[in-house]
Amino acid sequence: MCLGIPGEVMSRRTQDGLGFATVRFGSIEREVCLECLPDVKVGDFVLVHVGFAISRLDEEEARRTLAALAELGLDRAELGLDPAPSVAEKEDAA
Amino acid sequence: MRHLDEYRDRALAQALAEQIRRTVTRPWVLMEVCGGQTHSIVRYGIDRLLPEGVALVHGPGCPVCVTPLELIDRAHAIASRPEVIFTSFGDMLRVPGTRGDLLGLKASGADVRIVYSPLDAVKLARAHPERKVVFFAVGFETTAPANAMAVKLAKQQGLTNFSLLVSHVLVPPSIASILQSANNRVQGFLGPGHVCAVVGFREYEALAARYQVPIAITGFEPVDLLHGVLAVVKMLEAGRAEVENVYARVVSRDGNRSARALLSEVFDVVDRQWRGVGHIPKSGYRLSYEYRAFDAERLFEVGDIAAEESKDCISGQILRGLKRPVDCPMFGKGCTPQRPLGATMVSSEGACAAYFQYGRGLEEPPRPGREAGGAR
Repeated sequence: MCLGIPGEVMSRRTQDGLGFATVRFGSIEREVCLECLPDVKVGDFVLVHVGFAISRLDEEEARRTLAALAELGLDRAELGLDPAPSVAEKEDAA
Repeated sequence: MRHLDEYRDRALAQALAEQIRRTVTRPWVLMEVCGGQTHSIVRYGIDRLLPEGVALVHGPGCPVCVTPLELIDRAHAIASRPEVIFTSFGDMLRVPGTRGDLLGLKASGADVRIVYSPLDAVKLARAHPERKVVFFAVGFETTAPANAMAVKLAKQQGLTNFSLLVSHVLVPPSIASILQSANNRVQGFLGPGHVCAVVGFREYEALAARYQVPIAITGFEPVDLLHGVLAVVKMLEAGRAEVENVYARVVSRDGNRSARALLSEVFDVVDRQWRGVGHIPKSGYRLSYEYRAFDAERLFEVGDIAAEESKDCISGQILRGLKRPVDCPMFGKGCTPQRPLGATMVSSEGACAAYFQYGRGLEEPPRPGREAGGAR
């Protein structure tokens, strides 16, 4: 029910007096209402729920979280885990 | 996809699980509140990555599940009227009422339609001025702004043939209700990330302080969920009862100001009945006085409806984290997603339906194509 998917804002327009955006999710594009997030710009990532953008993804916070998590992964060898997979391996898996 | 794939990294998940193992010195019971999180946890087997002693119990966070049977029967009565086009999200339309589900009603001639967004229902009302379009507005705080926008737009456009059947519930009162219960065993919470994207987490700070429980505002991907568990376990081990936001890429303390303004314009907070749980004070929304002309319960007189729940169903205890789906003798036998006995089996985000879909506690896993209605 509360599923939200991040996507990239490709373009903006106004219809029926409401702000809308075309948002790309991987290879799919959908029309998304921007009334709850009027200040987003083309190129921003937004979290979309039932056709509404409800949050703008904070790139700085995302970097910070991933950096903090990477610290956990640094001592993989010590933890007795496999080394981090290379980018090529990850792409194979996807 | 960016902002998604990074949080499905297997090695990162393993490193987090190892950190949790190293942090834990004694048993803890954690609850994830949101049904979307329950679904992810069971789907990815997150609970099985945790050390013995750290138990994840599943909370009341599936709005479709906790919508009272009586309201589904009311929806059925409204949708049966020839002038009505009845709309909602797919998972709500699949929930069986006393006389079958709403999509089943379509087979007997009623005009019942699945919509992707509530704005699609407004479009239908504009395109069919001779019909009455009703949208079954179900959801938590995450979904409420979209539904509020739909009714606001209908009012702006002067539509008189659009209405909402409101079944909106709020998360914090349900957490308080669990913590106030004498037999509560939940010691920490994974907070619902997308609910907090809308309303922020100040209310969760108040809950943490009042009931002395740690809460981590958590996302929905495997790495997010493990990150949330680690944050709560660290706070429990250190004796701290605070709110930590491990989903900061999406959630801020104040949430979405435009959405919150819209909610206070369109809705009033009222007491609500939760299926499987019972009456919870100030735990839901109804349309505000200004929008009362769009309230389907006022517009369509369908009389008193009394619906009786199964006596064999233990969903009330499951929704409070006291029991697990596999503790129920009816699970997977007398109760399946096709023939659910109660709240936690009716939608794919209910704990019982998630266990069933992924073959947990079943002697035989479900055959493909028999799983619960798709998660959205």
